[in-house]
Amino acid sequence: MTDVFINAKYVGKVDNASTYVQDIRDLRRKGSLSIEVNVYFNERANEIYLWTDSGRARRPLIVVKNGKSLLTEKHIQQLTSNEITWADLVRQGIVEYIDAGEEENAFVAYNMEDLTGEHTHLEIESFAISGITASLVPFGNYTPSSRLIIGSKNQKQSLGFYAANYHIRMDMDANLLHYPHVPIVKTAIHDVTNYEEHPSGQNMIVAIMCYDGYNMEDGVILNKGSVQRGLARSTYFQPVSAEELRYSGGLIDEVSVPDKEVKGYRTEGDYAFLEGDGIIYPEAELKEGNVVIGRTSPPRFLSGLDEYNLSAAIRRESSISLKHGEEGIADFVAITENEEGNKLVQVRLRQERIPEIGDKFTSRHGQKGVTGVLVPQSDVPFSTSGVVPDLIFTPHGVSSRMTISHLIELVGGKVGALGGRFVDGTLFKSEKEEDLRKELVELGFNEDGKEVFVDGRTGKQMLARIYVGNMYYLRLRHMVANKMQSRARGPIQLLTRQPTEGKAKEGGLRLGEMEKDTFIAHGASLLLKERFNADRAVIPICEQSGLMGFYDARKGGRAVSPLHGDNSDMANVEMSYAFKLLLDEIRSLGVYAKLNLKNKY
Amino acid sequence: MADHRKILNSYKNKLPPSILDEIKETFPATGSDAKLTEVLDRTMQSYEDAKINPGECVGLVSAESIGEPGTQMTLNTFHLAGVAEVQVTTGLPRIIEIFDAQKTIKTPMMEIYLNSPHNKLENIGKFAARIKEKVFGELVQEFSLNIFEQTLTAKLSKDLLENFDLDVKELVKTVKTKAKGFNIESEDNIITFFQKGKTEEIKELYNLKEKIKVIKVGGVKGISQVLPVKRGEEYIILTAGTNLKDILGLTEVDSTRTVCNDLYETFEVLGIEATRQLIIDEVYKVIESQGLNVNIRHIMLVADIMCANGQVKGITRYGVVSEKASVLARASFETPIKHLINAALEGEIDNLSSVVENVMINQPVPLGTGLPGLVTKMK
Repeated sequence: MTDVFINAKYVGKVDNASTYVQDIRDLRRKGSLSIEVNVYFNERANEIYLWTDSGRARRPLIVVKNGKSLLTEKHIQQLTSNEITWADLVRQGIVEYIDAGEEENAFVAYNMEDLTGEHTHLEIESFAISGITASLVPFGNYTPSSRLIIGSKNQKQSLGFYAANYHIRMDMDANLLHYPHVPIVKTAIHDVTNYEEHPSGQNMIVAIMCYDGYNMEDGVILNKGSVQRGLARSTYFQPVSAEELRYSGGLIDEVSVPDKEVKGYRTEGDYAFLEGDGIIYPEAELKEGNVVIGRTSPPRFLSGLDEYNLSAAIRRESSISLKHGEEGIADFVAITENEEGNKLVQVRLRQERIPEIGDKFTSRHGQKGVTGVLVPQSDVPFSTSGVVPDLIFTPHGVSSRMTISHLIELVGGKVGALGGRFVDGTLFKSEKEEDLRKELVELGFNEDGKEVFVDGRTGKQMLARIYVGNMYYLRLRHMVANKMQSRARGPIQLLTRQPTEGKAKEGGLRLGEMEKDTFIAHGASLLLKERFNADRAVIPICEQSGLMGFYDARKGGRAVSPLHGDNSDMANVEMSYAFKLLLDEIRSLGVYAKLNLKNKY
Repeated sequence: MADHRKILNSYKNKLPPSILDEIKETFPATGSDAKLTEVLDRTMQSYEDAKINPGECVGLVSAESIGEPGTQMTLNTFHLAGVAEVQVTTGLPRIIEIFDAQKTIKTPMMEIYLNSPHNKLENIGKFAARIKEKVFGELVQEFSLNIFEQTLTAKLSKDLLENFDLDVKELVKTVKTKAKGFNIESEDNIITFFQKGKTEEIKELYNLKEKIKVIKVGGVKGISQVLPVKRGEEYIILTAGTNLKDILGLTEVDSTRTVCNDLYETFEVLGIEATRQLIIDEVYKVIESQGLNVNIRHIMLVADIMCANGQVKGITRYGVVSEKASVLARASFETPIKHLINAALEGEIDNLSSVVENVMINQPVPLGTGLPGLVTKMK
């Protein structure tokens, strides 16, 4: 007797578990049961699980009966001549989707040749055991699986040709790689997914060597000459939009060049790029603070009827301008309506991004790195055959991560580039490293891919021969230009008077709790006090009541005590504004926090 | 010779006795007085140099010194758990347990050292078996319920009885107190229970069986597991579960070295000084087992603070922190509103004499450059 569960709920018992499970599978293949039903027999626990719910990851496999694949030559012919489709195969029970549970009961053959009588399923292709993104790593079976995952994650962040209609799109944070290449080393998945139509990297000459210390700790060194010739150059698009909002009373925002009378008018220079309709003209070069879309809004609070006459004087300025650290060229202007029927103006800004120190690059094998230096072409080491690398990658990155595929791709790329052909790096089915090496010899190069190098600075031959070849490198979207920030003085928060947080708000870099402790541990009390002076406040304190006083305009702006008025001595006490706030909050608890003052000297 | 003692005595209040003793022992009796004075003066010099300057923030440095390796510890914890013979809490969980001075710890255990000859391989097993807490059910080889005669028979294992040094008659006595309403007969290693009144209920007998199974028949209460292990030349017993008081009462036990890892039990049996040493030993053991290197003085400082007023106080808002003089310092740790309100009710005054308060109000912290009074006269 075996317990049966449907979606983890106990429903009953069956006598013969294996025939019961087989019956269900047969019914599913016949089409009597939904193809989404999966059944799993756990022999050890003597339990059968039927799953019909949503959210199970399932993958297709070809059904095998008596050691023979149900998918025959005939089916393949019919498929190629479009007589049948994939859905037909699934419906006929030739291909079925299996979930993680049922996979436990399946015995899957990787290749047709491996089939025996015991097998229950056959892989559609041997490389189908990894998903689409992991299959984009060439020579994946030579590398730890963890690196495949990282490699495919990195590829998702790469810049490329993301959409053919990019020039009429308004994407948030869109990047476009200039002159993307088709990878020389490809996998079958690249062909299946039309990767050639939307490539996302470039084939670079890569040397695996050290060059001073600039590529230590996952750095990469770029050849400045290559960069100046357009290597890994990209464009960054960023939309700016403004809407004409409607308010109660028929009032409405207006996109226009604001009148000088308007409340909150900026300087004339800020509006310099606006055309008559209040919108920037294309190809205008904008800097921080420049207005992109001019706009005025009605006053926030209406008082009295006379304000309905809508003179410009009472309207509010609400233009959209470039924030701190932003710049760009107005690329494309679109004027439309949004869902509510309001006028919507969108302006796309464009910025050319030339690779610089701090930009991130990666190969397809989870070997990412940050640019450490751009070396002038004259200084870059070159091979005796005259080849100058575009990128120098550190050998220390390979040993601990064991990304052998990275090394094989380098040879593969070299063979492909020299032989004028693509190299196949499909999982389990890739071209053999031996063959690649043999071909390299035929092409007149060293069998091991190494070459004699000369230091560009000294002209001396290098002691070691350098492993150099061609690799597909990707530029990742994390660029310093979007992240770099520093400040000495700047905006503060209204409530606490402490510096704001974050790059967008030109924020400060926090000296946190633990950093504070290090100051104390060094006994640097006065330095610490100075560092925390950002919210310094001098507050008048009543010496009698110990309460915070206030400046009374009726008495010539003198500080007076809230309890004793003029009849008390007021002392100016220096404290952090945050502490003043704390005192206020303690008072709001109904607690009388009294400051007892003493003279310091 | 007499002069040596005199010179040594004159340094009595300047150097700690342990150092003086060491000098006394190592200094050759034939050495001249001048040499001895020089040795003592140089020792004084080194001793003074090793002292920490006033105004040095030892607490914070200790906190950083223990806290920084602590961040590396979290990950290592998982690897070590379960490897040791007796399951022991180590790593960060154990450190938290000690510093918080938790009343009930996850794995209470003892290390029992024995006097010779009990610490030899031949004898250790027997002693270990003796102190282990035993229940009646363990001794029973077979229970049989006779439905017709309404009896319950328990056949005891002879081997176990011998191993545990138990007598059947004694057993019957202990069991009798729990088996009210039954007559008990024993023959050799078989104990039979008769129902007194004539009830048809077999259930009664069944209940009795379950009841007597868990009766404690011997050993030391609380010692649920024993494990003899070799430590150096001798054998000691590791136990899971603790009972320091009863174990120390046994004559075979070397009461000078036997320890228990429960702070409160140690405190009750051996007092606060032993507890302080236990805190130091236990924390140091964990830090050492993780392959980290923390100077023992940092741990000593924490232990000192925890035991300063003769009671074990954890580093929690109920323990050490609740005794801080400053209201603001307490409020900045945990539950600020509670502390502020209570301070208001009592009319507490904060003299702003410590670190946290002064950071809060942005005043110089009275340490280092914030403590000029150390070198110059203020006012």
